[in-house]
Amino acid sequence: MSYEFDFSFLAERWPDFVAGAWLTVQLTVVSITLGLVVGTICALARIYGGPWLKRLVGAYVELIRNTPLLVQIFIVYFGLSSLGLKLSAEVSAVIALVVNSGAYTTEIMRAGIQSIQRTQLEAADCLGLTRLQTILHVVLLPAMERVYPALTSQFVLLMLASSITSQISTEELTATANLVQSDTYRSFEVYIIVAVVYLALSALYRVAFWLIGLVLFARKRKLGTAL
Amino acid sequence: MSDAEAIVRIRDVVKDFGSLRVLDGVGFDVARGQVAAIVGRSGSGKSTLLRCIAGLETVQAGSITVCGHDVGRPGSAARAQLRRDVGMVFQSYNLFPHLTVERNITLALTLVKKQSRDKANAKAGEVLGLVGLTDKRTAYPEQLSGGQQQRVAIARSLALQPQVMLFDEVTSALDPELTAEVLAVMEDLAKRGMTMVTVTHEMGFARRVADLVVFMHKGKVWETGPTDEVFARPKTAEFSQFIASEL
Amino acid sequence: MIELNANHFLYLLQAATWTLLLSLIAFAGGSVVGLVVALLRVSKSRLLRGLAIGYIQLIQGTPLLIVLFLSYFGLGIMGYKLVPIVAAGLSFTLYAAAFLGEIWRGCIEAVPRTQWEASDCLGLNRFQQYTYVVLPQAVRLAIPPTVGFMVQIVKNTSLASVIGFVELARAGQIVNNSTFEPFAIFVMVAAIYFAMCYPLSLAARALERKAHVGR
Repeated sequence: MSYEFDFSFLAERWPDFVAGAWLTVQLTVVSITLGLVVGTICALARIYGGPWLKRLVGAYVELIRNTPLLVQIFIVYFGLSSLGLKLSAEVSAVIALVVNSGAYTTEIMRAGIQSIQRTQLEAADCLGLTRLQTILHVVLLPAMERVYPALTSQFVLLMLASSITSQISTEELTATANLVQSDTYRSFEVYIIVAVVYLALSALYRVAFWLIGLVLFARKRKLGTAL
Repeated sequence: MSDAEAIVRIRDVVKDFGSLRVLDGVGFDVARGQVAAIVGRSGSGKSTLLRCIAGLETVQAGSITVCGHDVGRPGSAARAQLRRDVGMVFQSYNLFPHLTVERNITLALTLVKKQSRDKANAKAGEVLGLVGLTDKRTAYPEQLSGGQQQRVAIARSLALQPQVMLFDEVTSALDPELTAEVLAVMEDLAKRGMTMVTVTHEMGFARRVADLVVFMHKGKVWETGPTDEVFARPKTAEFSQFIASEL
Repeated sequence: MIELNANHFLYLLQAATWTLLLSLIAFAGGSVVGLVVALLRVSKSRLLRGLAIGYIQLIQGTPLLIVLFLSYFGLGIMGYKLVPIVAAGLSFTLYAAAFLGEIWRGCIEAVPRTQWEASDCLGLNRFQQYTYVVLPQAVRLAIPPTVGFMVQIVKNTSLASVIGFVELARAGQIVNNSTFEPFAIFVMVAAIYFAMCYPLSLAARALERKAHVGR
């Protein structure tokens, strides 16, 4: 192999990578937050809703989980545009990511919520709490704590999947890599660097979620035990 | 007893679980300040009856009236009022594990009775004192023994100042040493004049503390009356056998 | 601009067969390498375990698209020009191997300790223990999650479109370029993916239920 590695382009182009990574972070933080909201609401709908609502949410989950994210992104960006709804690449990316993440989060949160024993709900009922109050104060946090590892993994996967939005010209990290490698012809080096950045982001996200977990789950922080 | 005096009035209650008839025409009254002990073998329907009184199960026929409210027909306003008047303590304590002891008690006070945090905390301190656990305010349920958790559960219901308290085999899951501390709290409550309906296997407690005994067998009330009378003069063979087997 | 017609749909279906082919390549390759990864992951040698863990963490922390670009553009610029199907097959194999390796590792570890002890007492060596006692049981445990992962494999093949391989997603783009009906086309593409993936999802769930009943 007579290939000579040359990373010199970094000296000039590193701000591009930083900008790309920053957009990746922004896109995914927004998508994660909204995806969690969507997922929680849908999970509650699936558990407490009437038969039609349950079927609707079920259909949403199955449709998203059995079709590729790339195609979902194309439908939002190109498809909606042809129907008259012209959205920017970033907005389309967020919508597609939220819809996608929401479906997976629904199933995770559903498992968490259903793991809360019925006796907890009865106790809350006997104390006079309304269903909404019971959900907010007795069910949601313990449910999230139970499925927190699964949630964390799902959100890291979402961050990695955001690379696919490069295909609709969202200028995130992967798109930046494509741009730089087409300018410099140092394809191997560029993609290696970007892979390393993604690995670093994955680690960073896991640390961030761990810290958030410490804040949210006070009992776990103080006692160190699992629910 | 006239209807006006009865705080809990149960008439001809029938309850089915699918094709299984669990309660077959149950009826008795509990007056204000009385302690009623419901006893019987497993499967006699006693816990189901208590859950019906609490409004956790619906009845197919008959009526249950608590503090003048019809339990069987819950519109949301009636239900809310029922929750204020009736407190329930469960066999498995059912404390909220992610909240401290104090927050377990103040949760309903702040959300349902809309009290301020300070007022709720003060009340929590008061009821914790009644059950002897003031020093456990900031502990989490998992740090307490079974008996302590049950006492917190009692305090949690007490804080809402109910008119009637229901106890569903609250010591059955506890070791004998821990059982005693919980029974002591219940006896203290009875002395303070709380109206109590308790499903229990503790015959000694029933004989000592209860004013009224209800013996249930196969979904019906077989014997009922003032404690001393019922235990001294059992009318049925089933009850005699039951007492003998519990001793 | 051409009107969207039944021929386009047939073209999509034809491309879908390439999707299936690519999925099979990824699954076959991923299984072979994945089995090696799983066995390394549970080996007694710390070095081998570390290698396996490193590989899994590396792949699981990198977007599949980047692996694909490295295989196609990266190797290409280094002088190893791979045709799209080979680059895609290689990337998907490496990707699947990491995930299948982890799944199967979990299944091997789920076989009770007592099975190891019993076969050890019967005098079997490590290879025999694996082949005759542990792996057969691990395979039974592994079937539901593996079938579930096949759904991911099929969906992931859509990324091969990015390096020009004409599978279903790329076919959709091609049809769109001549008819300009992106909504109808990509919804049709999604429907075809759904038809391929949903049965697999259902099968995985049914297998999962059966596996629990059997316990």
